[in-house]
Amino acid sequence: MNMLIYLIPIALLMGGIGLLAFLWSLKSGQYDDLEGAAWRILTEDETDRKKS
Amino acid sequence: MHAPTLTESVLALSATSSSAEEVRLASHSLGAGLRQLDLSIPDAHCGGCISSIESALSALAFVPKARVNLTARRVSCIYQEEIDGRATDPSEILAAIGAAGYRAHVFTPTAPETDRIRNQLLLALGVSGFAAANIMLLSVSVWSGADAATRDMFHWISAMIAAPALVYAGRFFFKSAWSALKRGRTNMDVPISLAVTLSYAVSLWETMHHGEHAWFDASVSLLFFLLIGRTLDHAMREKARAAINGLARLAPRGALLMIPDGSRRYIAVEEIAVGDNISIAAGERIPVDGMIISGESDVDLSIVTGESSPLAVAAGSAVNSGAMNLTGSLVLRATKVARDSLLSEIIGLMEAAEGGRARYRRVADRAAALYSPAVHLLALASFLAWGLLGGDWKQAMLVAVAVLIITCPCALGLAVPVVQVVAAGELFRRGIMVKDGSALERLAETDIVAFDKTGTLTMGHPRLVRTEATDAGDAAIAPALAAHSRHPLSQALVRDMEIVSSVAFDRITEIPGGGLEAWSGPDVYRLGNRAFACGTGLTPAADSPFSEVVLSKNDADLARFLFDDTLRPGAASAVRQLATTGLETLMISGDRQTVVDNTAQALGIDRAMGALAPKQKVEECRKLSTEGHRVLMVGDGINDAPALAAAHVSMAPATASDIGRQAADLVFFHERLDAVPEAIAVARRSASLIRQNFALAIGYNVLAVPIAIAGLATPLIAAVAMSTSSIIVVTNALRLNAFGKRPPLRTKARAGGNPEVKTA
Repeated sequence: MNMLIYLIPIALLMGGIGLLAFLWSLKSGQYDDLEGAAWRILTEDETDRKKS
Repeated sequence: MHAPTLTESVLALSATSSSAEEVRLASHSLGAGLRQLDLSIPDAHCGGCISSIESALSALAFVPKARVNLTARRVSCIYQEEIDGRATDPSEILAAIGAAGYRAHVFTPTAPETDRIRNQLLLALGVSGFAAANIMLLSVSVWSGADAATRDMFHWISAMIAAPALVYAGRFFFKSAWSALKRGRTNMDVPISLAVTLSYAVSLWETMHHGEHAWFDASVSLLFFLLIGRTLDHAMREKARAAINGLARLAPRGALLMIPDGSRRYIAVEEIAVGDNISIAAGERIPVDGMIISGESDVDLSIVTGESSPLAVAAGSAVNSGAMNLTGSLVLRATKVARDSLLSEIIGLMEAAEGGRARYRRVADRAAALYSPAVHLLALASFLAWGLLGGDWKQAMLVAVAVLIITCPCALGLAVPVVQVVAAGELFRRGIMVKDGSALERLAETDIVAFDKTGTLTMGHPRLVRTEATDAGDAAIAPALAAHSRHPLSQALVRDMEIVSSVAFDRITEIPGGGLEAWSGPDVYRLGNRAFACGTGLTPAADSPFSEVVLSKNDADLARFLFDDTLRPGAASAVRQLATTGLETLMISGDRQTVVDNTAQALGIDRAMGALAPKQKVEECRKLSTEGHRVLMVGDGINDAPALAAAHVSMAPATASDIGRQAADLVFFHERLDAVPEAIAVARRSASLIRQNFALAIGYNVLAVPIAIAGLATPLIAAVAMSTSSIIVVTNALRLNAFGKRPPLRTKARAGGNPEVKTA
């Protein structure tokens, strides 16, 4: 029973971190081009094409 | 304004009228000397396309960043306004994409880039998913026998997680339910909101009184499942809209204004005032209605009226906006501003026509109208029955809430969107875009298909069908001459005949509105209409279904060439397939009756009506629907747009005019007309899957409701029942994918690669 006092907040905190990570990824536009993202993993490192 | 020489007009055409000013006008400033340009690339479809476009663009010195969005088929490109003190030419961006092998089109994004509602839905989905998962974990502990004090603590924690999640994620449903109730109506969101709030209130009350059962998990996971359905519904609509909006915009964006002092300035279409003189080069589209004050040319009206052969115009002729100027430069005096021009008139006609479609009620709404009163009555009846017969009003309340939770249209809420998203994905793979779910529902109900001719059944490219010449060697001169012109008929001549000519020309000029004139020593050859070539006033018989071009030498005719429009590939097989599935076919066109009849005969279409004005097309659609038919209109032109909006459901090829694509419910990307029967087959299949899903959802209720009414629905049973029904419905919807593996409506025509050309 005493364990629960630590474990439940820890579980909720970890879940909350996951939720925040999801919200952050959504806000930063990572879901704007799902189709393109699927293809981009197959291409070579993007830094190769960037210019200085 | 001198008449353009041949090379000039060819150059004007090959530049596809995207000048540096035009591109600059389309891009927006980011500050610090940077501008962003958004282009649509309809051809991009895979990872290879991404990298070749992006590397082509980053090879340009003035482009620091370019990123392709494959979902929207766009590239956003940031470029520097000037580099080393010199202004850059942003039209090089289009040229670079063109050189990489893709078509690029300038467009102005009408809506902000990120889809706000989708993000809100996804946020709500994330929050409710998080809450549902955590509460479910706590609930599992309760179900597996947590004792009194622990259970109460778990219930309190659940209550605290659920409250903000319900307020945040449930607001979509509460808002919609409230607005429906305010107007004295009911929709699917009413039972949802009622079940969610009541179950939360009762659970909280139970928790406070150390009760054994709480339904926090049920109310939150209910919202989670329903939000999935809602998000899918929204995502499908937005995906198609983004791609359709991103396609080529055919309406011109600006024009070259001629200022009285002799200079020229490029201005946006909206800035053109009545009385302004505008210069229109060959190959440009006419931006506003006007009167030609100098120059001669041929204009292609196919996108406006549906008439397929170009029309010769000269000073004094009135021209409509949207027409393409083909052969010569023109100076136009604007007689109307852009918002009063023909284009706007047609948009007005369209808006009037769309009223009928807005009245269409989607399957889910129709189901809700029957479902919600039934559910509420059932819950009320069990509440009263338990209260009156058992005397325990608290127990009665619990039973009523259990009934509401169990019957909550979780499966129903998923039933329609899941099927429609799967169907839209299936159609997308076949190159057909669906604007929204109701389009699929309406498409499944179609019983008559009305086609436009030019641009829909035919490609709008002329094709040589017959050559009449006394000497084959003479006829062979024609393609050698025609190679110097960009007129559609000349290009058809070059495509369909071999160039084998011994005649050397000293000088070739293109006479706008007439044809080509070539000098070879003392002889003059002319290729063009009969009046121009033979110097007579004789015009070809107006009722001929073919366009005619005459080759003459010193005013005596050598050969006569007859052209017909090329049929769209798959047109005949599409019409046949529609007939075998019991659909009536019909042709409504703005083209001449003889031409229309000729095409109808070649394709096996029973009824063909020609020379229809846009308004008459709308009336024809109306007439058919008052006779009880559900019309599918397939068309592409600006002149079809009102009919596309008025029909029960409509389809347009991707090459259609901007307005046509906006008006259509479905847009197909491939050239083949087989898309029409394919789309109908998928729509019908998804309609039957939706019916099956309704049957499954109702069957589940028939099994589960007695358990709830009997008072046996513990939170555990409610959670299991709810999830199972949702999973069954989703699994059933995915069966549509198997459907794609064995196409039922396609015939062998595709495998044979039959070129489907028409014989005269």
